Amino acid sequence: MRYLPLSTDDRSAMMARVGVDHIDRLFADIPHDKLLDHVLPLPLAKGELEVERLLAKMAARNVPASSVPFFVGAGAYKHHVPATVDHLIQRSEFLTSYTPYQPEIAQGTLHYLFEFQTQVAALTGMDVANASMYDGSTATGEAVLMAHRITKRNKAVLSGGLHPHYGDVVRTLSHMAKADVVTMTPDLHAKENLIAAIDDTVSCVVVQSPDVFGTLRDLKPIADACHAKGALLIAVFTEVVSLGLVASPGEQGADIVVGEGQSIGNGLMFGGPYVGLFATKTQYIRNMPGRLCGETVDAEGKRGFVLTLSTREQHIRREKATSNICTNSGLCTLAFTIHMTLLGEKGLRALADVNHANAVALADQLAALPHVEVINEQFFNEIAIRIKGDATKLVDRLAHHGIMAGVPAARLFPHQGLDDVLIIANTEINTADDRAALVAALKEVM
Amino acid sequence: MLNRQGRPTTPQSGASDTHETFTGNKALQQIEPLIFEIGSTDQTGVDIDPPAAYRKRLGTFERKAAMGLPGLSEPETMRHYVRLSQKNYGIDSGLFPLGSCTMKHNPRLNEKMARLPGFADVHPLQPQSTVQGALELMDTLAHWLVTLTGMDAVAMSPKAGAHGELCGLMAIKAAIAARGEADTRKVVLVPDSAHGTNPATAALIHFDVRSVPVREDGTVDPKVVAALAGPDTAAIMLTNPNTCGLFEKDVVAIAEAVHKAGGYFYADGANFNAIVGKARPGDLGVDAMHINLHKTFSTPHGGGGPGSGPVVLSERLAPFAPVPFIRKTEEGLQLVEDDAEATKHGAHPFGRMTAFHGQMGMYVRALSYMLSHGADGLKQASEDAVLNANYIRVGLADLMSLPFGNKPCMHEVLFDDAWLKETGISTLDFAKAMIDEGYHPMTVYFPLVVHGAMLIEPTESESRASLDLFIATLRDLAMAAKRGDTARFTGAPYHAPLRRLDETRAARSPVLKWTPPQPILEAAE
Repeated sequence: MRYLPLSTDDRSAMMARVGVDHIDRLFADIPHDKLLDHVLPLPLAKGELEVERLLAKMAARNVPASSVPFFVGAGAYKHHVPATVDHLIQRSEFLTSYTPYQPEIAQGTLHYLFEFQTQVAALTGMDVANASMYDGSTATGEAVLMAHRITKRNKAVLSGGLHPHYGDVVRTLSHMAKADVVTMTPDLHAKENLIAAIDDTVSCVVVQSPDVFGTLRDLKPIADACHAKGALLIAVFTEVVSLGLVASPGEQGADIVVGEGQSIGNGLMFGGPYVGLFATKTQYIRNMPGRLCGETVDAEGKRGFVLTLSTREQHIRREKATSNICTNSGLCTLAFTIHMTLLGEKGLRALADVNHANAVALADQLAALPHVEVINEQFFNEIAIRIKGDATKLVDRLAHHGIMAGVPAARLFPHQGLDDVLIIANTEINTADDRAALVAALKEVM
Repeated sequence: MLNRQGRPTTPQSGASDTHETFTGNKALQQIEPLIFEIGSTDQTGVDIDPPAAYRKRLGTFERKAAMGLPGLSEPETMRHYVRLSQKNYGIDSGLFPLGSCTMKHNPRLNEKMARLPGFADVHPLQPQSTVQGALELMDTLAHWLVTLTGMDAVAMSPKAGAHGELCGLMAIKAAIAARGEADTRKVVLVPDSAHGTNPATAALIHFDVRSVPVREDGTVDPKVVAALAGPDTAAIMLTNPNTCGLFEKDVVAIAEAVHKAGGYFYADGANFNAIVGKARPGDLGVDAMHINLHKTFSTPHGGGGPGSGPVVLSERLAPFAPVPFIRKTEEGLQLVEDDAEATKHGAHPFGRMTAFHGQMGMYVRALSYMLSHGADGLKQASEDAVLNANYIRVGLADLMSLPFGNKPCMHEVLFDDAWLKETGISTLDFAKAMIDEGYHPMTVYFPLVVHGAMLIEPTESESRASLDLFIATLRDLAMAAKRGDTARFTGAPYHAPLRRLDETRAARSPVLKWTPPQPILEAAE
């Protein structure tokens, strides 16, 4: 087997050195009747060529985003990732290293985590960011628990514009942790009255902007209302590129900002791995979940970086930890940092501008169609439309025509009266031809 | 000696290795600033054409304020991150004996497969008819996982080991609630030797943690468990093989004691690499166990993630698995994503762990690894991992102290610091001296049940020659420690990119991001 360096002779010699005559002597603590005496009924070893054939066959049964006009978003976005990014994250020293617990030989990782934290703080307009969470949805769950710790209250209010998977993660965690959740009804038109739901028992309000239907939300009045009642505003985003063009949640008064960073540096990958961003204000640092990288000096006074404030974490605090989290999203974090470094502020603004321009162009074209209503007044790169008929059936039909038209709202909000709503994302990958193809196909099938 | 050009090929006498360079660089080791110190907000490494004039639809929310995000051109970016990479130690750099972390070889075939557009470039919310191959891959991996563990079902979506623990305990909580015992069964038994994530996970969802002391031989006593378990017991969380590198020989009796009390058996699968193909957790009474795909099944650790932690479940817990899950239908594979649909098919999901469907990128890598090894190769890998650890044990047993005696271990061997007594050298010092010798240190100060723990896990990826060299190096270091060569340890590392870092200072006044240097106020001239 190509991954195993020991030869049969090695094994015999090593067993002799260890003092056993059969390998199973080393497994003697396994109850005798539980030790397997046969090879399990699974395929036997294969060469690289055979494995490649098998997996390529499975891959070929999927339709990649790049092969069709592609408008699917709702929490994961198809963007162009520069070739440099994927090359660099495959450097052995990044790819095959561990959590930087020995900082003297992990400065590569720690250095980029410090850059990452600084980039995320700048993007979100917050004081500090951690070294990342699993993804945007779990970051949101952790943010709610953190707000409960800070406010010593127990109730979260979730906007009806929050991605329902994020809402489900919060509700699952809250249910298990005996915390209360108030979920507003799906809010297609951004008309909900969140402020009326805030009282002295509310720990936090969770608002996504752009919301799951693409609409930009005004966070400032909600932040003010929260603060008047001693509650915190948790601002969520699923499209980090929007921060290149839209006022940051920090500027709008958010206390904790969480979101999905996949759009920068990371591919679609059928939903994971992604990278959760988590930022907050200085006064809440010690209540944060997740790893933090901090600056220090070595024995000769040279600048270096270490993991820090680990007294919050499970390996020190055990059941008193702020979270059970033990990993971050390491390599996805690196991809984010490298892509963001290539972009810089100038590139990010330009990228966001192209995204928005494409979305505006499509919104205008769709609005001109009969039987189509564009829902959003203000948006970034995603819009929702109401059509005549069932959006799921429409999307399936268009998929047969080789067009991925978007996400039917009913896939995210089943049985909630949104069967005729379609969520459509536009990024820099969409060409004028893509948009023309979508519009033509819609005309044809409706 | 002179070479053909007449240049000397050996160092001149008097050459000093303490000679300082003008730059601070040391050949391949370059001092590297932060991007904030070398980039600028006007610089960029991408070429994006501005869109034609259009009317923005941002309402009043357009960003006006500067962000202060520097950019670099492509060559500068490349050089910056390549230089950073050279300050890292990875599995490909050398032996990485980090106990409980299973730092095995990461095959590059896995990376290539994960990047096939059919896996890497598909969206989680595309119509299911366009991702049947992706669902097939998940379903195939699930089949391997339940077969290798002898369990009934698997929840694929947890994003990492600790997330898998959370998923398993949530399933247990849901099962207890379904029995009407939510208010009475609230205690989770956790041995002192457990990973910190175990008690942290239990506490996160409001279980009460009760510690189980470990007996003198490093394992858990079923009689102690039986005495602690009762009508208030929700579960035990047991790592097996445990963090002392030992198989819990009374695991079946422990499972029976917990089951008899009406509780569930959660197994921490962090150390599954020792027993793949040798024993099945399902045969040992396990109800739930997470599998770290990034340990046992070779997906890269990536400097701390991303991981992937599918949870295998017993028949009793399977109905409570979270959404999404895959179902076979006549039209093909169906991803069940919501409660209403799940209920239709007789399931009672406790909720959802994450957006979308889990770590697809890691699933591809893990399956690529499994297909390569096959059932026979996976068994061989576990045997080699255990043999390698024992080879290290006998190679060092006369110099370093084994807290539970010199007897066979599983895939990792645990030493304590008793042998360093009166040397003035700590476990940490010893670890840092290993860095100078070109090795990543073992896991130190864990598990907590022995003093100054050193937990060595070589994995099956090491050749005999590599192990011999490692053993010889540790013997040299151990003898140096015993003969009083103290400075070699207490000042280490001397040869790493940086000397020992001040972690106390970092925590006392945390600096968590770069801030521009304060302008020096110039006195009026």
